[in-house]
Amino acid sequence: MPKLTIDGREIEVEAGTTIIQAADLLGIEIPRFCYHERLAIAGNCRMCLVEVEKMPKPAASCAMPVGEGMVVKTNTPAVRKARQGVMEFLLLNHPLDCPICDQGGECDLQDQAMAYGSDKNRCQEGKRAVPDKDYGPLVQTMMTRCIQCTRCVRFISEIAGTPVLGGLGRGEHLEISRYVNAAVSSELSGNLIDLCPVGALTNKPASYTYRAWELKKTESVDAMDALGSAIRVDTRGNEVIRILPRVAEDVNEEWLSDRSRFACDGLKRQRLDKPYVRKDGKLVPATWNEAFAAIAAKVKAAGTKVAAIAGDQADAETMVAYKDLLAALGSQAVDCRQDGAKLDASVRASYLFNSTAAGIEEADALLIVGSNPRKENPVLNARIRKRWQKGGFKVARIGHKGDLTYKYEHLGDDASILKAVAEGKHPFFEVLKNAKKPALIIGQGALSRADGAVLLGLARKLADAAGLVRDGWNGFNVLHTAAARVGGLDLGFVPGQGWRDVDHIVDGAHKGDIQVLFLIGADEVDMKALGEAFVVYQGSHGDAGAHRADVILPGAAYTEKSATFVNLEGRAQQTRLAVFPPGEAKEDWRIVRALSEALGKPLPYDSLKAVRERLAKASPVFAAIGQVVPAAWGAAFGAEGSLGDGALVSNVDNFYQTDPISRASKTMAECTAAFGGGCNHKHKKTGTHG
Amino acid sequence: MSNHSYEPESFAFTPEYLEKAKAFIAKYPAGRQQSAVMPLLDLAQRQEGWVSRAAMEVIAEMLDMAPIRVEEVATFYTMYNRKPVGTFHVQVCTNLPCMLRGSDDVVAAAKATLGVEFGDMTGDGKFTLSEVECLGACVNAPMMQINDDYYEDLTAESTKAVLEAFKRGETPKPGPQNGRQFSCPAGGPTALTELKFEGGKA
Repeated sequence: MPKLTIDGREIEVEAGTTIIQAADLLGIEIPRFCYHERLAIAGNCRMCLVEVEKMPKPAASCAMPVGEGMVVKTNTPAVRKARQGVMEFLLLNHPLDCPICDQGGECDLQDQAMAYGSDKNRCQEGKRAVPDKDYGPLVQTMMTRCIQCTRCVRFISEIAGTPVLGGLGRGEHLEISRYVNAAVSSELSGNLIDLCPVGALTNKPASYTYRAWELKKTESVDAMDALGSAIRVDTRGNEVIRILPRVAEDVNEEWLSDRSRFACDGLKRQRLDKPYVRKDGKLVPATWNEAFAAIAAKVKAAGTKVAAIAGDQADAETMVAYKDLLAALGSQAVDCRQDGAKLDASVRASYLFNSTAAGIEEADALLIVGSNPRKENPVLNARIRKRWQKGGFKVARIGHKGDLTYKYEHLGDDASILKAVAEGKHPFFEVLKNAKKPALIIGQGALSRADGAVLLGLARKLADAAGLVRDGWNGFNVLHTAAARVGGLDLGFVPGQGWRDVDHIVDGAHKGDIQVLFLIGADEVDMKALGEAFVVYQGSHGDAGAHRADVILPGAAYTEKSATFVNLEGRAQQTRLAVFPPGEAKEDWRIVRALSEALGKPLPYDSLKAVRERLAKASPVFAAIGQVVPAAWGAAFGAEGSLGDGALVSNVDNFYQTDPISRASKTMAECTAAFGGGCNHKHKKTGTHG
Repeated sequence: MSNHSYEPESFAFTPEYLEKAKAFIAKYPAGRQQSAVMPLLDLAQRQEGWVSRAAMEVIAEMLDMAPIRVEEVATFYTMYNRKPVGTFHVQVCTNLPCMLRGSDDVVAAAKATLGVEFGDMTGDGKFTLSEVECLGACVNAPMMQINDDYYEDLTAESTKAVLEAFKRGETPKPGPQNGRQFSCPAGGPTALTELKFEGGKA
């Protein structure tokens, strides 16, 4: 391992490390625009010049590998002069419109110009202007501000895997542009905004609505998909302005999917801000007490004929409170699997993404069953692509045939193929068996079928036969789409022995065997099938559930409460309150607590701390915040039986609108119109786009 | 970068050019076929006279690369024409050595003879006049390139003569237009005029 000295400090790093990486390890700051640690090295901005002893010229530290005994100086007059020269060139064509630029205040170029910029312009010529490009409804372009660092080009080609951006022309005429017959419809396109070191690519939905320094920043966790990406919620007053990713190496690295980032305008629309009670067929505003009284009257008459279904964004605190409340009422008819997925709550390993998100990068063979990871979880899909790019990774897929941004062998879309693989009758079985770390991803599209339990059983069979679970490796992965799901299964929000599951609850409501049904943000249930049942909808948005409801209890969205979600890996994480719920809406578990009082069955916890202690009792997972609690492989799960007909398809059809928040989002509606649900980057356009 | 009206709907290599394209691709090891992008763009240009978007997409498909990567190459090199050109593409060099040797006269003569400005095509589609950077023939400055041939040591008169000849359908002899052989001194050799070997023997 070469040893080198940077600014008089010695460091030993691995061979192949570049000078800038070594300096970063030492905490020595070197300015950079084009260099980004997760992208390929370009070396074209020249801002990172340093002096290396015995080298005749300044070296670009981002592209210069370290050598034994190298002596690097990052802060000498020569280095400063070189960087000033680079900055002068960068500013030659850069408009000085910082006062009206959305990047102002968080702009790398602005910051570095303070350090290396001149107060005078020696250039007599006019600046060049570049026409703006059409990057779709999410990314605003101001191409005159572009300094051609090519981070966006590299991101969209390498990480997102949808190579539609490039540098056209040369020299003075170089422009970063989109291929004219392709839209920038990557599900990760919002990351371009974060990567752009200047104001060339900015947040289109939020453009001209904020200055970076006036926003309050709250570190939280995403609940728009099951990965639970680390996010930062930027707010002003009681309004969420934007959502940005945070670095979380094990979860989302530093990427965020477009839905998680841009659906935040949905938090302001279609909100339930006061309780409603249905009177004479119409929902009329009511007080909390009136709403509780209406529920209490019905619950009293219903006896144990009450049930609860939790939606995709229900938090663990609320679910455990409902579970306890219904138990106190004598019912165990609760279910957190509103899509009817045949997940088995009794064996934890059967519903987790056991390899973990980061662990999938170690796999060397992968079978994807009934899932479209690109639509269901773009950030996780980017991990799979990252693994694929390293080579030596065989991927096969049973399901819909479409572009996943990496090459895979399409085995077909019939469920019988999984059976053939599981029984060793398909050549891909040998691939999995001979791999060092084989993995399987089974999606909700497969598990929510009528024969989902059989498919789960086959997956288990395959896992055992092909050795997916080995010493220190568990390659059995369930890809969830709902943020609430794993938490719900962990705390046991599933029907007790002999009680109704979601299908039978709906059936029971239809037949009158379930008289009171609590929907906890559950909007994907067939509302027309609920018959005469008294429906209580607790949630944040006026979606399908609220329309059917007899009583509406206005709850908080994930940005408005401190709540626990367990991500698909089995990692419990907590959101933080960034803004207050609108109007009279309340933190969800408190509503349940108040309701329990009104029903005469007060729950034994009054504080968030006490609820969380209750959660920790339900499962130790909830006590280990931020950590993956691995699951033992354990007993067999799934069922044996015959497979149904029909192709395996993903449960996510439109990536942009999957839940009440994104369905209320105008931005997501625009994306749906522009990109038709994602995965469509060969979208032909006519006329004069761009 | 919009789709211009002159962009054709589709493109296909003729069998002859397809054969050549395959030969170029075969020159590179498997998995490195993208290296053939420049020769393929050249073939497309030789076939059509210019590189259309449809051609770039066909090439991208043949080489298993993104169309934007092909477009990057095609727009980087000015030798690839990104819009239709006439049968004869007249490229006049105006860089320093040519300018010092009188390229302004050559440009004026070319414009007058063809009746078009730089970047334009004549109405009959026969000529396109372009201003280009150094073509590497400074010893014979000023010069212009017409399709694959260099016409060098030009004056206003010889420029006009060359272009008129093309107009008549003739192909004038390429190379220096002032009688010089290659880049020999203009007035004939001034050194090594006689053979002289060591020992004084001829």
